[in-house]
Amino acid sequence: MLIIGERINGMFKDIGVAIREHDPKPLQEWAAKQKAGGAHYLDVNTGPNSEDQTVDLPWMVSVLKECTDLPLAIDTTNYDAMEKALEVYGKPGALINSIGCEQEKIDRVFPMAAKYQADVVCLCINKVGIPKSADDRVAMAMEFVANAEAYGLQPDNLFIDPIILPVNVAQEHGVEALETIRQIKMISNPPPKTTVGLSNISQKSPHRSIINRTFAVMAMTAGLDSAICDANDEALVDAIATARLILNQDIYCDSYAKVFRQR
Amino acid sequence: MATNMLKERYSGKINTVTLGATKEQGGTRTSTVTVGGDSTMPFLHFEGDMPLKPVIAMEIEDIKPDWHPFLKEVYADVMDNPVAWAKKCVEFGADLIYIKLNGAHPDNGNKSPEECAKVVKDVLAAVGVPLIVVGCGEEEKDNAVLPVVAEAAAGENLLIGLAKQDSYKSVAAAAMVHKHKVLAQSPLDINICKQLNILISELGLAPENVIIDPATAALGYGIEYTYSILERGRLGALQGDKMLSQPVICQIGHEAWRAKEANALEADFPNWGDQGERAILWEAMTAAGLLQGGAHIMVLRHPEAVRLVKKNAEQLMIKPEI
Repeated sequence: MLIIGERINGMFKDIGVAIREHDPKPLQEWAAKQKAGGAHYLDVNTGPNSEDQTVDLPWMVSVLKECTDLPLAIDTTNYDAMEKALEVYGKPGALINSIGCEQEKIDRVFPMAAKYQADVVCLCINKVGIPKSADDRVAMAMEFVANAEAYGLQPDNLFIDPIILPVNVAQEHGVEALETIRQIKMISNPPPKTTVGLSNISQKSPHRSIINRTFAVMAMTAGLDSAICDANDEALVDAIATARLILNQDIYCDSYAKVFRQR
Repeated sequence: MATNMLKERYSGKINTVTLGATKEQGGTRTSTVTVGGDSTMPFLHFEGDMPLKPVIAMEIEDIKPDWHPFLKEVYADVMDNPVAWAKKCVEFGADLIYIKLNGAHPDNGNKSPEECAKVVKDVLAAVGVPLIVVGCGEEEKDNAVLPVVAEAAAGENLLIGLAKQDSYKSVAAAAMVHKHKVLAQSPLDINICKQLNILISELGLAPENVIIDPATAALGYGIEYTYSILERGRLGALQGDKMLSQPVICQIGHEAWRAKEANALEADFPNWGDQGERAILWEAMTAAGLLQGGAHIMVLRHPEAVRLVKKNAEQLMIKPEI
């Protein structure tokens, strides 16, 4: 499973200050630290306090692309800022994070993904809100896949996110999300990729780390390909590395947890 | 209806490893051998690169071995002279010479490390192809011999071994200091194979300096275990597993010539046909099978098997027009 490191986000105070002052150092430090932790992608988000995302986001991308070889997950719903950031990124393999299941967003973002050879995080959510059942979520996933073809994208260019909600207030959604992931892996060949905003499952609960890693392992069993999460939660990364082994996705060796982080 | 060719896309590839060093590179070899670089399953040229052809190493020993009568027939005049033996193998088309220092074994004459180093130097002086040097198999003695050989042949970029899970430090350290490559052998176990590569890399020797020996079983005697390990390791490498991305060596001659089918007389097993032809084919077929699993270096003994395997490899390297 691919780990999308969540830490370079203006919601965190040090990153927020760095963005305001255009100081590259905290971004570079977190890039290195998350890579060492086991991240495969770095999420990049200006946070809500950015005065102009079309300036701040491309700046963040330019700083990060200089200092890391990890691909970036560019995290915004401001698609003008997204486009500028992709232009600055200038190479294939970025992750557009994200769009909801609304035709105008698909029509805005899928051509951009095709142009910049980027993959897209597609959220199973629309104007009406978050669906209750797995069936309604899978219906949205199918809409994304059908649209992908029309815009020249492959199903596996999509990272479909079933949307997970905090287990303390929306307990019944967890199992629906798992079922959604299972079904998404069957709707096309090649199947779409799947992702989740993992830390969401434990919002406002006092047991965040154990809830996060338990859900991660369960979702991997259902077919989860990636998660936006804390790449420096050692117990989480250990659990992911172990689940990969048991699912026979990596070849066992005694130092497997260490090797997983070196990839 | 149009047929689409299904092509697998892989993210990783096999490391490229060069053995031997020419004068300009600090050695005395007249040719070097480079293997690996594959970005696809064996010989699937249509979906990836197989840039370098598999190569043949021919096996010799520093003291006269008790080999199969059909091998003695070929090498009778040189088996007690490693220099002449190596030369003869090069004439038979060996890309590399694989020399086993059996004479170092306490039960086989217990040669000193210096005497072993001299044999290696003499063979280096006699032939221009790169050398693979392995110890006698007695761990303690090999730990004494291999560092001395590594030092004496500094600059020649040998492939030196065996490094095993319980005894890899001294040979890996010697290879690191004197810039040789390491032959890492695991006992038909992909997990140990991967772990051994990690242990060696933790000593500071880059994974690009290692060649994997998965341990070879002969046709009819467990070749399918070797084959499936080769295939699994190859798939792992192509999916980006750096600790399984090393090229593979298969020690085929030793195993094939031990098989009952190579040793049984036609008089005793008339249904099995001519013994000589059968024995040679046993070696060649073991190699042909493992070639399909992804072997890069094949260690062989009989010149006729070498000829057959070379021909097979050459044909497999022809890219079909698709």
